[in-house]
Amino acid sequence: MSRDAILNKVRTALGRTAGEPVATPPPVRLRVGEVDTDTRIASMLRAVEALAGKTHRAATAEDARAYVAAILDGKTAVASNAPFLRECGIVDLTGVQSGLTDAAALRALCATADVGITSADYALADTGTLAMLASPAEARLISLLPPVHIAVVPKDRVLSGLDELFTILPLPAEQTSSMVLITGPSRTADIEQILVRGVHGPGEIYVVVVG
Amino acid sequence: MSAAFDEKVHNTLADANLQLAIYRATGRLIDHRKHAVAATALPDYQELRTHANAVKKHTIEHLDHYLEQFEANVAAHGGQVVYCQDATEVADFVLGLAKKRGAHLIVKSKSMTTEEIDLNERLEHHHLESVETDLGEYILQLAHQRPYHIVAPALHLTRYDVGDLFARTLGVANETVVEKQTLIARTVLRQKFLAADIGISGANFLVADSGAVLIVENEGNARLTTSAPKIHIAVAGIEKLIPRAQDLAVFLKLLGRSATGQALTVYTSFLSGPRRTGEIDGPEEFYVVLLDNGRTKLLADRAKRESLYCIRCGACLNHCPVYRKIGGHSFPWVYSGPIGAIITPQFLGIEHEPSLPFASSLCGACAEVCPVKIDIPKVLLDLRAEVKQGEERRGVNRLERLAFKIWAWVMCHPRLYEMAAMVAAGVAPSENGKWLRSAPAVMNLPPVRAWLSQRDLPPAPAKSFRELWRRR
Repeated sequence: MSRDAILNKVRTALGRTAGEPVATPPPVRLRVGEVDTDTRIASMLRAVEALAGKTHRAATAEDARAYVAAILDGKTAVASNAPFLRECGIVDLTGVQSGLTDAAALRALCATADVGITSADYALADTGTLAMLASPAEARLISLLPPVHIAVVPKDRVLSGLDELFTILPLPAEQTSSMVLITGPSRTADIEQILVRGVHGPGEIYVVVVG
Repeated sequence: MSAAFDEKVHNTLADANLQLAIYRATGRLIDHRKHAVAATALPDYQELRTHANAVKKHTIEHLDHYLEQFEANVAAHGGQVVYCQDATEVADFVLGLAKKRGAHLIVKSKSMTTEEIDLNERLEHHHLESVETDLGEYILQLAHQRPYHIVAPALHLTRYDVGDLFARTLGVANETVVEKQTLIARTVLRQKFLAADIGISGANFLVADSGAVLIVENEGNARLTTSAPKIHIAVAGIEKLIPRAQDLAVFLKLLGRSATGQALTVYTSFLSGPRRTGEIDGPEEFYVVLLDNGRTKLLADRAKRESLYCIRCGACLNHCPVYRKIGGHSFPWVYSGPIGAIITPQFLGIEHEPSLPFASSLCGACAEVCPVKIDIPKVLLDLRAEVKQGEERRGVNRLERLAFKIWAWVMCHPRLYEMAAMVAAGVAPSENGKWLRSAPAVMNLPPVRAWLSQRDLPPAPAKSFRELWRRR
């Protein structure tokens, strides 16, 4: 069997025996600085804008709802089952469908909807990133198939950066089969290095921080 | 130099448009990286490199342990690890699974490892449709070409080439506007994603403590490949392991910046096992193919083992004066540039293209920009020594060896050297102080002729350095 053959070759090459103890790996290197909430949010929104995303700081849930309603303006949308979207009243907006739990139905809807609306588990201030963990509340395809993605994030979810994310989530796989970090709209530069947005994923991204 | 290598190099040098394309694309990538790793943007860049090197060194030196840990954690999350020694075993596994599940259509996201084993060709040979979905790779698949660059696979093609290609192969109108070309690809490939039975991806990292595959990308095609079909297969070399999810905080900061100057790529997917109970979408089956294909051979060599630290950012290609002239397709295998020059002979055997380690000026730019600090020039020198030792054993290139023995002997005898230099300066051809462009008859030996075919020779100085030194 190739498994044993390969593991044996690896051990022979390294001069190790099966089950031989391992030296301590270099310590984990995570540096989390103190950054106050307003600075984080400002940094988050600036980073998203720098990537050609659009942003909004909503003071209240009602404000967030109004902002999303203005973007939708007659378009069709599929919203995730995130409780925060319900709290903001976004799932009740005209044209929005939500509450799907069946994979096939959700996929069919995402393939035709104009807009996908999600929350995010975390946001990373320094890079303008959304961290999305797949769960009953958040499907994978809502932030992927529709040409426009709107993410509505409560302000206490904005972390300083990757180091803080991996401090809070040392083992993401214990919680989900899929954690995706989204940093700006889908893009390519494969032809003559000319930047084009919206290749396979959404070409437009809106980030709303609430609170 | 083999005739094929020689011919490809000359064709590339003679193509002015191609020269410009390579120069511009790599120049832009150099620029983007420079800004991204500048002290103002990333103050601890050098510390991160040192740390990444230490983590990789540790992992590679205990690879058996991390392979087993990874395997156990993939299984714990409902996935399966499949070890494969070579291309045939990978193809057999995918074909076997496709047959069992009645699969016909495969979507693929970009993976150098699958390029290495010609996976598409092998699957198509057995009547499976396997479609590349990264825009650059899709273009290359339609053109039946292999990647020109690890990160920018189609950098040698213009939008006019792409317009012609799409018109010819897809039956669409000839579009030369890149946005429209991208839309054509999006439309064709969207249908493939939604109909595909299996998604095959590569992996940028394999995370041992999580049993997770990590993939970075900008287009979203890797997310679709790993989310839409019922089956996800990730194909990765065994050297891709890192011990902990938390190590990603270091590696992700280096990878995007070194490759394209991005702090993070648009999408970073951390995938562990199939869809879980309650999750709404995602694959139902999850496999990770761990490929050897020559890597264990390399692992045994303590001095050159560091070649396996590579995270495929492509920075060494962009900064290499040789790559920037001879381009990606001159290299004999899928991996080009400095990293290709050190791993190709070690994966395939040094006899595959013995002149490859010599196709370098040893300027050291590659080592300077490598995010995991691989000492590429040192490995190149070790490989050169191996090639020459092999020649010595086989008794070839005797004339060259004799010439260098004489040279070494003269160099070790200062008086003799001085005399030889005087004689040489006396008989050296001169064109009134101008640089020589071709060899006079007396010097027209094959090695001299070859050397002068790409270089000019400065005229001999009127007085030698030694003479000037004495009279100072």
